[in-house]
Amino acid sequence: MSDLHVRSAERLDPLTVETSEGAQGLQRRDFTKKSELGREVGAVLRAHGLMLDPNDVDVERQDDETMIINMGPAHPSTHGVLRLMLELDGEFVLRTKPVIGYLHTGMEKTGEVLSYVQGGTNVTRMDYLSPIANELSYCMAVEKLLDIEVPERATWIRMLMAELNRISSHLVWMATNGMDLGATSMMIYGFRERELILAFFEKTAGLRLNLNYVRPGGVAADLPDGWEDDVEVICDTIYERTFEYDELLTGQPIFRLRMEGVAPITAEEALALGVTGPVLRSTGVPWDLRRTLPYLAYDQVDFDVIVGTYGDNFDRYAIRLNEIRESVRIVRQCLEKMPRGDYRSQDPKVTPPPRARIGESMEALIHHFKLFTEGFAVPTGEVYSAIESPRGELGCYLVSDGGPQPYRLHVRAPSFVNMQAVPLLMRGGMVSDAITVISTIDPIMGEVDR
Amino acid sequence: MIPLPPTAPPGVPTSEALASDLGCFPTLEQYLALVASFKEDGFELCADLCGVDYLEHPGRALPEGVVATRFEVVVNLLSLSKRQRVRIRVQAGNDEARVNSLFDLYPGSEAMEREAFDLFGILFDGHPDLTRILMPEDWEGHPLRKDYSVGRVPVQFKEAPGPR
Repeated sequence: MSDLHVRSAERLDPLTVETSEGAQGLQRRDFTKKSELGREVGAVLRAHGLMLDPNDVDVERQDDETMIINMGPAHPSTHGVLRLMLELDGEFVLRTKPVIGYLHTGMEKTGEVLSYVQGGTNVTRMDYLSPIANELSYCMAVEKLLDIEVPERATWIRMLMAELNRISSHLVWMATNGMDLGATSMMIYGFRERELILAFFEKTAGLRLNLNYVRPGGVAADLPDGWEDDVEVICDTIYERTFEYDELLTGQPIFRLRMEGVAPITAEEALALGVTGPVLRSTGVPWDLRRTLPYLAYDQVDFDVIVGTYGDNFDRYAIRLNEIRESVRIVRQCLEKMPRGDYRSQDPKVTPPPRARIGESMEALIHHFKLFTEGFAVPTGEVYSAIESPRGELGCYLVSDGGPQPYRLHVRAPSFVNMQAVPLLMRGGMVSDAITVISTIDPIMGEVDR
Repeated sequence: MIPLPPTAPPGVPTSEALASDLGCFPTLEQYLALVASFKEDGFELCADLCGVDYLEHPGRALPEGVVATRFEVVVNLLSLSKRQRVRIRVQAGNDEARVNSLFDLYPGSEAMEREAFDLFGILFDGHPDLTRILMPEDWEGHPLRKDYSVGRVPVQFKEAPGPR
C-alpha cells in the first residue's frame, strides 16, 4: 500500500491540521502532489489528447501570493452544505476543491435494510427537489429484476408526475439562481409557481415533497377527481409565466453580463468528466435519455431536446427555462393521451389486495400483512436503470440476492458527478462568478452526499 | 448482446446484462485494457462506477472461468454515438481489494473511485487523490462493507421507563 497515494489522517500536512477535514481539504500549493495538481488543473486537458506535463502547473507562481479560503459549508449560495476551498490570487480563483459529505446519512446502507416496498421512502429523500425521478429510477430497477409489466395508465401517470416534477425542480433552480445573482423577485416568483405543482402533488399523493408515489408495479394512488382541470391550470399559468421570467431575466443587462460567456465548458471536457443533463446539453451535445434511450412512454410524445452552443452559464439558464416549456408540452400530451385502466400492476406479488377485500377475506388480510411486513422477494440478479432527472443521468444499480431487501443499492447521482466540473469551471474566474457556477451546475446536496 | 470491441484483450468472458447491452468480466490485468478498448470504440462516458461487497452473497451467477471474490467493482460505460451501455464487473479481490484507476481514461471517474475507496476500502492504483470523500477524514472502517453493522438509535417510548 506504500506506493499508493492514499492520504490519511495520520499523515497530516501542515496548514490543514487545524481543520477537521485533514487531507480531504485543499492543500497549500507546495504541499500538493504534482499528480493532484494535475488533476485539479489539467485532468481534462488529456481529453483533448494532450499529455499534461506535471511539472508545468503554474510553477512560476509563488505560494505567498495566493490565499486559500473556505466558502461554506453554511454559505447561502452553496445550495445546502457544500464547502468549497478556493485558492485565490486576489479576486481570481486558481484552484477549487469541493469538500462534500456534510449531508452524508448513509442512505445506500439504509437501503440494504429496508424492504423493496419501503425503499421508495428512502430514495425519495436523496434528490429532494425531484423525488419522483428518484423513485422512478429505483422502481424501474426493481421492476426489471422482477420482470413485471406496468399498466399503461401507470406509465403515463409516472410520466405526467415526472414532468411536473421537472418543472418544479427547474423553477426552484430559476428562483435560487436569481437569488444568487441578486434578482430577488425571481426567488419569489419561482417558489410561487412551484407551489401550484406541490399543491397538486399533495392532492395526488398526500405529500408535498417526499412523495413515495411511484411504487414497484405502478403508482400509489390514482389521479384525483378533476385532475385534468388542475393540470390545465398549472400548464397555462406556468407556460405564460415563463415568458415573464424571460423578460425579467433575459432582458436584464446585469443578469446577462454575469451569465453570458462566464464559465464555459466544452463538450469534450463535459464528457470526460462524466457530466450529464443540462450542463452537457449546454455544450451542444443533444443527449437526453428521454429521447436517446427512451423509457416510460417518452417515445410516444412530441418534445424537443434543448441544446446550447457555448456551454456557458447563460446556455445552462436558457436550457432550463426552455425545458420548462418542453415539459409543459409533454404534460399537455399526457393530459390528452392518458389511457384508462389500472394505476398499478395487478400482479399479487407486488400489489396488496384492495381494501374492501381485506375486511372479508382472511387470505387477503394475510397477504396484505405479509406484503407490508416482510415485503416481496426479488429474483437474484443485478441491474442498472437510468433515467433523465432534471440534473442529468440518474442511475440506480441494484443487486438482489433473492431476498426481500436489496443486497446493494447504489444511486448514480447526477449532482455528485457534475460536481467534478466545478474546479474546471471556476478556474480563472472571479469569486463572484464562482457563485454563478455553483448555481448553474445545480447541485442538490442531499443527492451529492446521499 | 453486442460483440466486444476489436482491440479488446482476448479471452474476456461476457454475458447478458439486464437493461444493458453487454456484461464483461475481465480479470484485474485485463480490466484497464478492456476499458481502454471500449473507450476507443466510442464509449465516451463513464456513467457509473461503484463497489459491491459480496461477503454474504458469494454464490452469485458468473460466467464460467470467473473466480468470484468478495469485492467487485462495477463500471457502467455509455456510448452516446451508438446509444449503448456496457457493464464491466471486475473481481477486485478478497482482503485487500485493489484495481487500476480509470482516471487516465475517464477523469470523471475520480469522485466515484474515491467514493468506492471511502465506503468499501477498495484501493485504486493510479488515482491522484485517494482520500475519503463522504465520511470524515478520521473515520474508522468502511461503512458499506457487509461486516460493518448498521448503527441504531435507541427509541424512547413515552410510557417506557427511562434508561436511568
